[in-house]
Amino acid sequence: MAEVTLSKVFKRYGAVEVVRGIDLAIAHDEFVVLVGPSGCGKSTTLRMIAGLEDISGGEIRIGSRVVNQLPPRARNVSMVFQNYALYPHMTVRENLGFGLKIAGEKPAVVAARVEEAAGTLGLGELMDRLPAQLSGGQRQRVAMGRAIVRHPDVFLFDEPLSNLDAKLRVQMRVEIKKLHQKVKTTVVYVTHDQVEAMTLADRIVIMRDGNIEQIGTPLDVFERPVNTFVASFIGSPPMNLIDARVESREGRAVAVLADGLALPLRPAVAARVAEGRPIVVGLRADDLAPEGHGLVGAGETVAIECPVLLAEPLGTETILFIELGGREVQGKMLMPRAVAVGEKLRFLVNLPALHVFDKATGARIAD
Amino acid sequence: MVETLAQRIFVRLALFVAMAILCVPGLWVVLTAFRTNVEVMAKPPVWIPQALTLENFRAIFGLAATQQGIPVVAYFMNSLVIALTSTVIAVAIGMMGGYAFARYRFPFKNTIFLGFMLSRTVPGIALSLPLFILWSRLGLIDTHFGLILVYLAMNIPFTIWLIDGFFRQIPLSLSEAAQIDGCTRWQAFWKIEFPLARSGIASAGIFAFLTSWNEYALASQLTRSTASKTMPVGLTDFTAQFTIDWTGMSAMAVLIIIPALVLTFVVQKHLIAGLTFGGVKG
Repeated sequence: MAEVTLSKVFKRYGAVEVVRGIDLAIAHDEFVVLVGPSGCGKSTTLRMIAGLEDISGGEIRIGSRVVNQLPPRARNVSMVFQNYALYPHMTVRENLGFGLKIAGEKPAVVAARVEEAAGTLGLGELMDRLPAQLSGGQRQRVAMGRAIVRHPDVFLFDEPLSNLDAKLRVQMRVEIKKLHQKVKTTVVYVTHDQVEAMTLADRIVIMRDGNIEQIGTPLDVFERPVNTFVASFIGSPPMNLIDARVESREGRAVAVLADGLALPLRPAVAARVAEGRPIVVGLRADDLAPEGHGLVGAGETVAIECPVLLAEPLGTETILFIELGGREVQGKMLMPRAVAVGEKLRFLVNLPALHVFDKATGARIAD
Repeated sequence: MVETLAQRIFVRLALFVAMAILCVPGLWVVLTAFRTNVEVMAKPPVWIPQALTLENFRAIFGLAATQQGIPVVAYFMNSLVIALTSTVIAVAIGMMGGYAFARYRFPFKNTIFLGFMLSRTVPGIALSLPLFILWSRLGLIDTHFGLILVYLAMNIPFTIWLIDGFFRQIPLSLSEAAQIDGCTRWQAFWKIEFPLARSGIASAGIFAFLTSWNEYALASQLTRSTASKTMPVGLTDFTAQFTIDWTGMSAMAVLIIIPALVLTFVVQKHLIAGLTFGGVKG
């Protein structure tokens, strides 16, 4: 059993605070992804769990042990590095067995465990090759093999897929997920790629500037982002964020955009915003669709007619750029047909899916 | 680019001349070592040796009837002790220093590093007089220790600089991976980083050894007798007031060249650089 618990964990380099007192509880066997833009402190957090960085304040526990002062070797974690960090002078077999050998396991035990890991990851034919003779995906797999062979309490992944090409990345993503289902172990995974985070995680931790912005399941953070940062970070294409002002029209609270478009607010939201308050409305591309091309079974909608500035056909859907509230926003056309630039289309806005944030703080106005 | 025949011939010819200029003196020394004095002194010169002889080697070891020997064995041992000791120490310190410069942050790091480099810009011979005075006060003239110390001062900045470069090429994540795999930092160094930097350490060793083995200027001033005279200094034993024993001197020169050559060949196979390639991202 290995929960990982971070309590008020700080990391400072001199006067610079890189991680600012984060709290995070990771359950046994849970797959947690730390995601955020570069410099948000996610890799530093991972390295503190690994023991590769000192902890400036707070406490990290793995299982029931406080590991603050323990060196990496005493934490029973394993890590897959961004650059794989395979030992170049050792064969795949030696790379896999290195940790067990260091731990003083008998050669027979080492061989058996190495074979087991090799079997799990399909490394059979590569065992006697040097890392230099492997492709990127194979190196990645060896790095994972080296991680699982020791049966660690916690797996740590530091942007393991960022050096692979797009196709291989998708393939390895699936393999990592399968691996986790096979080898039930706690996983902490760092990435800057929100798609990776969404697809892999049991829970996502979104970080910015050394703080945790939101922790939740992929659907949680997608459907109920706590602030505009999370809203714009999670989801592709990113959520459209448009400045607006709360006004009262015919007894209903509405968000009025810069171009005068009025979007009625749900009663639950309306109850929490005073008239005249500046807000930001968030609208996913999926909730802004040309009439007849999406939003099937949507609730109340508002229709607007506007010219298409740019169309990005993706096959199953086309991303349409239009101007809304003085900003360029993206809508999504399902069951697409060819769209000419400048063509005027009637778009529907899915009102129940409207996200509302405070303009000053960026925080979600809960409903 | 397609070469014409004329171009090819010209290039080969130019290369031949260049190589001849480089190689002939060395070749001449070796040839002279195996020829008789009469043939060496002949006018006009005899280019192709008529008869080869080992007499010159026998002579310098004092085995020939006609001539008094030179203490070659003592000189050789002095050279060997001084060069090996200073090389081993310089490589050991260079390894530690190079690792520290490559991996750790500490105050005045860049200043110290620059200082090492600047120390290399001063020609050793410019320091010979103060060094001589200092060494004579300390009683280090004509001792192994005195010369070893001088060679360490010459070699350590260089070995640190060279080995630092090699450690820098090894990604930090390899040592980190090893530590997560259960190594102490010390084990990670010996099992991972050291084998990968081996080619750099070997080249630093060769350079340090050759510097000490071949050095003449300072050794000629700081040594006096068979207690510490090295092989290059021993070469001057062949010059007398009116004569120079060219054949003996050449034979001795060959004895100086051989160990350096052998060492270079032995260590050469460790000089395969770029071993780290492939362990990290592709």
